[in-house]
Amino acid sequence: MKKTLFDKVWDSHVVSSVKNGPDILYIDKHLIHEVTSPQAFNVLEEKGIPLFRPNQVVATADHNVPTENQHLPIQDALSRKQVSQLTKNCEAHGVNLFGLGHPYQGIVHVIGPELGVTQPGMTMVCGDSHTSTHGAFGTIAFGIGTSQVAQVFASQCVLVDKPKSMRVVVSGKLHPAVEPKDVVLYVIAKLGTDAGTGYFVEFAGNVFEEMSMEGRMTVCNMSIEMGARGGMIAPDQTTFDYVSRREFAPKGEALEAKIAHWKSLPTDDGAAFDAEHHFDAADIRPMITYGTNPGMGIKIADKIPSSDDASFVKSLEYMGLEADTYLLDMPISHVFIGSCTNSRIEDFRAAAAHIKGKQKSPDVAALIVPGSQQVAKQIVAEGLDQIFESAGFKLRQPGCSACLAMNDDKIPAGAYCVSTSNRNFEGRQGQGARTLLASPVTAAAAAVAGKIVDVSQV
Amino acid sequence: MVPLTVENVDTDQIIPARFLKATDRKGFGENLFRDWRFTPDGQIKEDFALNQSQYKGAILVAGNNFGCGSSREHAAWALADYGFKVVISSFFADIFKGNALNNGILPIQVSLENLQRIFAAIDQDPSVEAIVDIENQKLLIDAAGIAVTFEINDYKKMCLINGYDDIDYLISQKEAIEAFEQKRA
Repeated sequence: MKKTLFDKVWDSHVVSSVKNGPDILYIDKHLIHEVTSPQAFNVLEEKGIPLFRPNQVVATADHNVPTENQHLPIQDALSRKQVSQLTKNCEAHGVNLFGLGHPYQGIVHVIGPELGVTQPGMTMVCGDSHTSTHGAFGTIAFGIGTSQVAQVFASQCVLVDKPKSMRVVVSGKLHPAVEPKDVVLYVIAKLGTDAGTGYFVEFAGNVFEEMSMEGRMTVCNMSIEMGARGGMIAPDQTTFDYVSRREFAPKGEALEAKIAHWKSLPTDDGAAFDAEHHFDAADIRPMITYGTNPGMGIKIADKIPSSDDASFVKSLEYMGLEADTYLLDMPISHVFIGSCTNSRIEDFRAAAAHIKGKQKSPDVAALIVPGSQQVAKQIVAEGLDQIFESAGFKLRQPGCSACLAMNDDKIPAGAYCVSTSNRNFEGRQGQGARTLLASPVTAAAAAVAGKIVDVSQV
Repeated sequence: MVPLTVENVDTDQIIPARFLKATDRKGFGENLFRDWRFTPDGQIKEDFALNQSQYKGAILVAGNNFGCGSSREHAAWALADYGFKVVISSFFADIFKGNALNNGILPIQVSLENLQRIFAAIDQDPSVEAIVDIENQKLLIDAAGIAVTFEINDYKKMCLINGYDDIDYLISQKEAIEAFEQKRA
């Protein structure tokens, strides 16, 4: 029988199936962080059971950490307690923790791939919806709730219904100013925020084949924003080259054997999907969102659409925007370049290439937050820090930061922020904050101009 | 029933991220829909359904695509802690649905048309009542002319009715899991 990439990886991880119920799916790697794990560790204590496979769990502190003075104790008492609880729990249960101060600390979805924890053909989970990021490697990776985190602690398995399969094909030639973020924002704008619900999505076509691993991660990261549990891209030479350089990846003969297996994973010709969508790459332009869900996106040169729908009206009201008007040239006061969507070295290279030799607008506060300590180190090694700092951008320490504003990096009420993160929900970046999602280059250009610009027109 | 007609309610609205700093599961109900219930300076927003005394009960009726966004189970904890036992919508996000079921909240999916009829019935009489029969998978709302069967898989139904937990089931499967590991090694 002809199988999809998703089927191959899923089926090889099913321990058994509950009659008229879910599958017991074996999990290769379990990533945890400070926010969604404490209550799961409590379950182990309450039930008096051990963590079943501590060697398959990797922990970091990212959601709740400050991005300044990380060498000092965390000032916020609740955040400090949560982060120290993670340390205690990891020590008690023998979990490998890359905590604050560790050279491998960073956003969980940035460090997994860069350390080689993430490998093709695996199943991975994390108590975080953007776990979908790891699908860029041809991995089944999805977010779970804390009850499920406890299940994986106890059994290295989750009980989950097998999702349906969808293929999103983007083929043709991209405009040179279009970045991976634009591609995924375009797809979500076309399909809507719930189109993927109940599905696992495979992204296929030459556009994804030609993307770097960083670009593929940006795309798969956002698959949850169309409702999909996860996204995947078939592993190929780009994937193998990326993985083979990583610390925790197999080496030598073991790697060769793995690569031989990984080569068997791509979807068989003629395999059937439950749903399929095709898009022409040439139609895509730099994108930006205008509303309060990631599906409310437009080409920067286009007008905000209009609708009488009550949720649409409520959304524009929150954003302080009007239907049938242009976002182009609209002044903005904040820029955030970071998050598990766009905080890898390639994202900062792209932003720096635009910023080099320019100054940020005096009316804009611009924050650059690397995804990991290793990315931060690389930024310095390549001299990008000089470019950012001399242009007036603030370069901070790694963490989730202003993507969800759990720490002090909040956007003020009413302010417009062009953000490379993944969610423009009400209050996501701070109470009353207004988020416009875009690519790193569009964000950098907005910081320089002090307003929304279309980088494909410059 | 409490009507929340807005669509695409994300888990950041159900429980904003700044309230996720706890290390236990208690007390999240206080901050359920925090920024829709209260102004930044703590004043009650009178126009929000949860603040309107005519709407009562343990059933939340919500617009399409409820629970999208973040995987935070705190959203389910907040709904349960506030007192909700059932959420009715025309569509639920995957992760939220699983989290709800794992916390004794039943997500009932109805057609868009039936959802509109339920909203209309509540609009006409805020005290309208619904009967949820898990055993027979029936949702009955006489005033809205609704008598529909809802989907729930046998396993989850058994868990909800008996108060069983997935984790106990998985622990009971340990031998099979270890055998699976051996086979792959």
